[in-house]
Amino acid sequence: MVYKNSRLDSTRAQSSQPNQEQEYQKMVNKLKPNPPYLRNALAAFSVGGFICALAQASINLFLQLGLTTHDAGTATVVLMILMGALLTGLGIYDDLGKFAGAGSIIPITGFANVIVASALEWKREGYIFGVAAKMFTIAGPVLVYGIITSALIAIIILFWG
Amino acid sequence: MRFKRIGKQSILFNHPPKIISTASVVGPKEGEGPLKETFDLIIKDNLFGEKSWEKAESKILQEAVRIALEKVKLNREEIDLFLAGDLLNQTISANFAARQLGIPFFGLYGACATLVEGLILGSVLIDGAYAENIIAAVSSHHDTAERQFRFPREMGHQRPVTAQWTVTGAGAIILAKGEKGPRITGATVGKVVDFGIKDQNDMGSAMAPAAADTIIRNFRDTNTGPDDFDLIVTGDLALIGKTLAQQLIEREGYILGDKFTDCGLLIYDPVQDTHAGGSGCGCSAVVTCGYLLDSMKSGKYKKIMLVGTGALLSPLSILQGESIPGIAHAVVIENFI
Repeated sequence: MVYKNSRLDSTRAQSSQPNQEQEYQKMVNKLKPNPPYLRNALAAFSVGGFICALAQASINLFLQLGLTTHDAGTATVVLMILMGALLTGLGIYDDLGKFAGAGSIIPITGFANVIVASALEWKREGYIFGVAAKMFTIAGPVLVYGIITSALIAIIILFWG
Repeated sequence: MRFKRIGKQSILFNHPPKIISTASVVGPKEGEGPLKETFDLIIKDNLFGEKSWEKAESKILQEAVRIALEKVKLNREEIDLFLAGDLLNQTISANFAARQLGIPFFGLYGACATLVEGLILGSVLIDGAYAENIIAAVSSHHDTAERQFRFPREMGHQRPVTAQWTVTGAGAIILAKGEKGPRITGATVGKVVDFGIKDQNDMGSAMAPAAADTIIRNFRDTNTGPDDFDLIVTGDLALIGKTLAQQLIEREGYILGDKFTDCGLLIYDPVQDTHAGGSGCGCSAVVTCGYLLDSMKSGKYKKIMLVGTGALLSPLSILQGESIPGIAHAVVIENFI
């Protein structure tokens, strides 16, 4: 058959040998500006640190109110998620994320942000196939791999713990 | 009759169609930019009184068509064909605008090169006497594009330095027979060019080879060069893409110098925090319908090459590891006095 022999690359019939691509990639890399690493790192550290300090303060408060260490941690997680969700709804968390980057994505408030942001975004498509179906499109991988990891750890502890 | 085709990919029109009317509608952010005086309508918020961003985008497109018609006192019934497109899946903004307008319609998709695609097809049909009046129009919307191609609006994340900002806006151009004024004298239909760029936050780099290819093709086909133009303007290559395209073109011996610019760089002020510049179908459309054609009418430019540039990606193709193919189409617009 003719088609088998002629290398009909459907995706890039038009292009360009690999070395042309490499050469072009070099041109691009030369022009691409670097992100402001130091500024980003400082912003991420300070905002991320502030969120963690806030959580620690909440743990201390719950402990003083007489909760056990375990319960104080759980209550704090609930509180932080509430805060992340609330700030997303008020339209503040996206500005915070723009400033702090990973500093506000990594803490659990960031997890709340991506779920609530997705839910808000898809409200106009209805509560079933919009909000409910789409709210985990970004947070989904965190849940899936988080649950798998916890199950694996449980198995390890069960047999070797 | 003279054969209208020239070279490998270009066309010279026997009776160059005239741009008899244009209209541009933009969102609030574009309305704060350096070209704010040149737009016909600046909407106050991105929803434009509608229930969703998608509905708003379609309404913006209809509004641009309405204003363009009003300027030359034409009725919708007098328009033979509506050539329109946008960035959304199944080009819903254009389709739903066409539903409201009731004009015979071809939906187009060429990503951000769609306006020029429409201008070329419209010019061919008018020069060939298949139609008298044609509207070419496109739209894009920052929020509809973000949710289709990237992340939810309220998600907190940092945009990379190479990212571009999708323009909220629509432009409409009415083509017809005519003598004096800006007329489309030629065109070059581009090929899809792909140099293997995979970073969807750097679409300027993905499109630059296509833009360079089409511009060089036009020079070769029509036996012209940068000296024959007052301005060569690309759609939305933005900061990095524009520099790359210029390097690729100058490597072939065509020195563009400061005759080369990009709508994505013209539309925003660097202080507007849009990173590399503007993008989207609306970007080249509102700059062309406003600033560029105004400058031609005032005599600042006599002959320009407008190059629509499109990144032909989809969120799916990116996930499947595909690189981003680019396309660029060019029209030559000359002012007849």
